[in-house]
Amino acid sequence: MLKLSRYVLYDILRSKVVLAYTLFLFIVSFSLFQLEENDSKAILSLLTIVLIVVPLISMIFTTIHYYNSYEFIELMLSQPLSRTRILLSEYAGVALSLLSAFLIGVGIPVLFFAFDETGLALLFTGIALTLVFTSIAFLASVKARDKARGIGAALLLWFYFALIYDGLVLLILFAFSDYPMEKFTLLLSALNPIDLGRIFIMLKMDISALMGYTGALYKDFFGSGTGVFFTLGIMLLWITLPLLWAIRVFKRKDL
Amino acid sequence: MRFVIVILFLFSSVIVDARIIITGKGQAVQTLKEAVSLAKDGDTILLKNGIYKEGNILITRSITLLGEGNSILDGNHKTELLTISGKNITVKKILFQNAGYSALNDFAAVKVIDASNILLEQNTITNSYFAIHISNTSHCSIRNNRITGTPTSEQLTGNGIHLWKSNHALIETNYVSGHRDGIYFEFVTESTIRNNLSENNIRYGLHFMFSHSDHYINNTFKKNGAGVAVMYSKKVIMTGNHFEENWGPSAYGILLKEITDGMISNNTFLKNTVGIYMEGSSRMEIQKNAFKNNGWAMKVQASCDDNNIHHNNFNGNSFDIATNGTMMLNKFFNNYWDKYEGYDINKDGIGDVPYHPVSMYAMIVEQNPTTLILMRSFMVSILDKAEKAIPSLTPENLLDDKPMMKPNAL
Repeated sequence: MLKLSRYVLYDILRSKVVLAYTLFLFIVSFSLFQLEENDSKAILSLLTIVLIVVPLISMIFTTIHYYNSYEFIELMLSQPLSRTRILLSEYAGVALSLLSAFLIGVGIPVLFFAFDETGLALLFTGIALTLVFTSIAFLASVKARDKARGIGAALLLWFYFALIYDGLVLLILFAFSDYPMEKFTLLLSALNPIDLGRIFIMLKMDISALMGYTGALYKDFFGSGTGVFFTLGIMLLWITLPLLWAIRVFKRKDL
Repeated sequence: MRFVIVILFLFSSVIVDARIIITGKGQAVQTLKEAVSLAKDGDTILLKNGIYKEGNILITRSITLLGEGNSILDGNHKTELLTISGKNITVKKILFQNAGYSALNDFAAVKVIDASNILLEQNTITNSYFAIHISNTSHCSIRNNRITGTPTSEQLTGNGIHLWKSNHALIETNYVSGHRDGIYFEFVTESTIRNNLSENNIRYGLHFMFSHSDHYINNTFKKNGAGVAVMYSKKVIMTGNHFEENWGPSAYGILLKEITDGMISNNTFLKNTVGIYMEGSSRMEIQKNAFKNNGWAMKVQASCDDNNIHHNNFNGNSFDIATNGTMMLNKFFNNYWDKYEGYDINKDGIGDVPYHPVSMYAMIVEQNPTTLILMRSFMVSILDKAEKAIPSLTPENLLDDKPMMKPNAL
């Protein structure tokens, strides 16, 4: 399995897309830290990158990679290897390359300029989102019949998690504004990894004081050990469940 | 002639009579109680270093009580320490500690009542209920005192410097921390609060009620439970103060309620949940202030009118202005906003496009605070951009039509 992952990794590195992604992240984060007089402001701008760009790139790259190595996968299937192992090594290769791109591109500048709790929370969120969206992209590409549909589905999913979901939350909060919604929004946040990551970082930045009662509640929850474990657990669920589902579909798929 | 000589003689005898009563262990006068009973107008009591646990001491004659730097009055958590009622009385360099707590009386380390021309200087007060409690006085000066409390709850802690129904008071260069309100003014007129530092108090750093024509200048109010509250007062002038890190669900840099004809200028608001919260305030001149890294720089409720907000700098605030209605009777002009995206064709330093400081999201949050959970979401910034292009929900006439391109020099 490791051998297979290594082949995948070499293949990805040869294509130079990941290198370009690394360079892009590195230049953006580095120049943000240079431009902003205040490091916490740079972190705020980086937050947008982590919440929007990282999921998008992870999704698109994974989907394209899956379809490009379709023939390689077919070849592997003719070997005495289980389908689970093949898909998992594909996942490991892609996730590892995207993760190292993120860690070099954003991790190094953050550790260099803003090595504190907020910076670490940002890195944690970035890592988790990379893994989550790689795994969702695998599900989307395994399920879709051809490349166009696969990429379309991936884009749509990204659009849903990054944008539409928040609109729906806003709609729900206004529709039920007469009721206490604090606990419910906590549940809502768990249903979208991007939102969960955003709230996790926002609370580290002490935005919670703006939120009155709601903020105090969230701070209590996310600031404690339980909150960290909650975030970690939900993120792990978001990584494993789509991947397991993808494996299930892949196993039964008529290739 | 003889009459004049008699008068002169009497006069000189008064001067000669002004004695220094040295009090302390091993001295002729052992206790402070005895010294106070011996002292006549104009005398000085020099209190030697040592701990004096003599319960409550009442001073009514015009004397000076002078400590040596380590002269400690201790109340054993039972009584009020010093009660002053008279005129021309000075208390200097005394350490007060452990004054009593009472639910019925406002026990204080130093209580001044029905007095005038009182000077409290270079004293240190620790661990008391009220520290300095002043009522019905005129021309009192409180200078260079250091007051620290051990806060428990709002009910069990008194105010640091408490003034009630006084005039011409001067509160200068004091340090107050760990009390309910750092400095409390009620019915105090024509007084000055200058160069004080009030921090870590559990309610307000400064609390101001029905106190007209007062100045407060160059004070720092830091990390207080709810910041500073100024209520029901007229003609209050606040300049050069620092309001810092008053951060919490209901904390304000400064809360203005029913304030009229005042001036707020050259202050710095740094890292407060709300920089200025205004409610029912009129004819205020808010100018040349710096608002930096606050949650909301200003919350101007629709009940405010005729206020001029100009030449301020707004930097790095999550929200610049928030309001609760569409009515806006205040004027904003010549402020610098870091979020301004307009241009300046004729290069006069003033932007050619008006700036709308209230964002769509600020209005949404005002209506439904739970939506703050969506802060910095991609969707929210798109909403804000859309609203900027075609305003519909934000108050149309809340705008700065002459925004500055560069920060104002403060």
